[in-house]
Amino acid sequence: MEYNLMREFADSWGLLAMALFFVGCIVFALRPGGKEHADHAAKIPLQDD
Amino acid sequence: MKFGTEIVLLSLFAFGALVAAGLGVDEPFRQHMWVLFFALVGFTAILLRNTDFKPAAPIDPSAYMDGPIRYGAIATVFWGVVGMLVGLVIALELAYPQLNIGPWFNFGRLRPLHTSGVIFAFGGNALLCTSMYVVQRTSRARLFGGNLAWFVFWGYQLFIVMAATGYLLGITEGREYAEPEWYVDLWLTVVWVAYLILFLGTILKRKEPHIYVANWFYLSFIITIAMLHVVNNLSMPVSFLGSKSYSAFSGVQDALTQWWYGHNAVGFFLTAGFLGMMYYFVPKQVNRPVYSYRLSIIHFWALIFLYIWAGPHHLHYTALPDWAQTLGMVFSIMLWMPSWGGMINGLMTLSGAWDKIRTDPIVRMMVAAIAFYGMSTFEGPMMSIKTVNSLSHYTDWTIGHVHSGALGWVGLITFGAIYYMVPKLWNRERLYSMRLVTWHFWLATLGIVVYAAVMWVSGIMQGLMWREYDEQGFLVYSFAETVAAMHPYYVMRAAGGAMYLAGMLIMAWNVTMTIRGYQRKEQPLPGSAPALQPAE
Repeated sequence: MEYNLMREFADSWGLLAMALFFVGCIVFALRPGGKEHADHAAKIPLQDD
Repeated sequence: MKFGTEIVLLSLFAFGALVAAGLGVDEPFRQHMWVLFFALVGFTAILLRNTDFKPAAPIDPSAYMDGPIRYGAIATVFWGVVGMLVGLVIALELAYPQLNIGPWFNFGRLRPLHTSGVIFAFGGNALLCTSMYVVQRTSRARLFGGNLAWFVFWGYQLFIVMAATGYLLGITEGREYAEPEWYVDLWLTVVWVAYLILFLGTILKRKEPHIYVANWFYLSFIITIAMLHVVNNLSMPVSFLGSKSYSAFSGVQDALTQWWYGHNAVGFFLTAGFLGMMYYFVPKQVNRPVYSYRLSIIHFWALIFLYIWAGPHHLHYTALPDWAQTLGMVFSIMLWMPSWGGMINGLMTLSGAWDKIRTDPIVRMMVAAIAFYGMSTFEGPMMSIKTVNSLSHYTDWTIGHVHSGALGWVGLITFGAIYYMVPKLWNRERLYSMRLVTWHFWLATLGIVVYAAVMWVSGIMQGLMWREYDEQGFLVYSFAETVAAMHPYYVMRAAGGAMYLAGMLIMAWNVTMTIRGYQRKEQPLPGSAPALQPAE
């Protein structure tokens, strides 16, 4: 595969896909109703020894 | 037969090492194979002495597997003492060059022994044992794969021994933090894949539906280190019975691959892995859930998305294309945000329990670690700015920055985790002595402050002397003059390192006595829970 082809893919579709995935992760973490789930998850280490 | 397969395989490998010691094409390789031979024979002998033919006792599949974790905790403390001692020796070698006793104990050979000793032996064992501890307790599942955890532990120790002895023999790839030669790299790859299978397998058989955030950090550390290690060590050996290999890349591509590896070793080994530690042991020690779990998720994704691009900042003003240098700088500056988000998340976990900083020296140690994490992740992005880097690069300032991160963040959070785990792993009511933890804390903290402050002064002085021109355009100082000017700082730096090492020795004593089951008779720390009085 040619360098320019990879380079062009990396700074167009590759960049877009990674940026969208990243924004998606943040939106998912902050989704409405996510807090309850997060509060439960935060207690996992404290429930056990 | 207990250890039957292990004994047979080890004997075969020992025989192979013996053959390689005889047929090796260069002297260092033959010596190195003798080291391997004696290590494998010694280990085989230990197994032979402990074998028996009784049927093995049934294993309770619901109980946690803590044996390798106990060994890992001891190995962490042992390699910590060794790695920091070598660090003190090379600090003294810089201050007093007469101490360079060649060829084995030259600065050039001891320096990778120190860096690998503290990063991979001390830090690596800390990550191995805490990750096995955390993943079992947050997944409520026994470690996957039977004796796989033992293989990972002992395989990793063999890697450390081979890497360390190789450096002393003068075997090196000359790639910073990736010095071991091709055959040691191949062995680490085998061990690391086993570690990934062990960790992933345990997560897959978890009984807790959610994967706790600490495990995300640990898993990203394991996967990324696998990728970095394999790509950066793509090389061709000159001979399959020789110690020399050449990289698959050349020129600036090779340099960029190396620093893509090098900086992400910092990002994923020394940061992501130890953040996993923070997200489990800080909530446990203060007995409160993490301040914001959703922030910890954002911390995770932002950190791994940004860190992987920051490597080019190690190659400012080199043959690397300008756009790549700028990319590395910009991503390094952006990293400031997730780093400080994580720092705030760790510190605010104490909200409502701030008094514990005063009363519990282990909490104090963890809080100081998080504070140093914040400080060095502020300093790092600043140093990655090209104009700052033009002054700081190649000077002692970089060394000071690395040590405030390594001694302050990695060291202190590890000490906190080990102090938390050891009484639990050996079913002791408490540590041998809390007062010794306080001593360790102050020796370590003062040691770091001395070290980092001295290196700031020394590094900035060094950078300014290098770039000083007179009115006719000549350099004012010769290189040797800058070296002479740094002598007092090198002595002070060694003093800071000696304090840190003294704290580590106190820890080794405290941990040893805890394991042996002693409790020191001492006044409780002021402010901690008062001794119970009988009712009157």
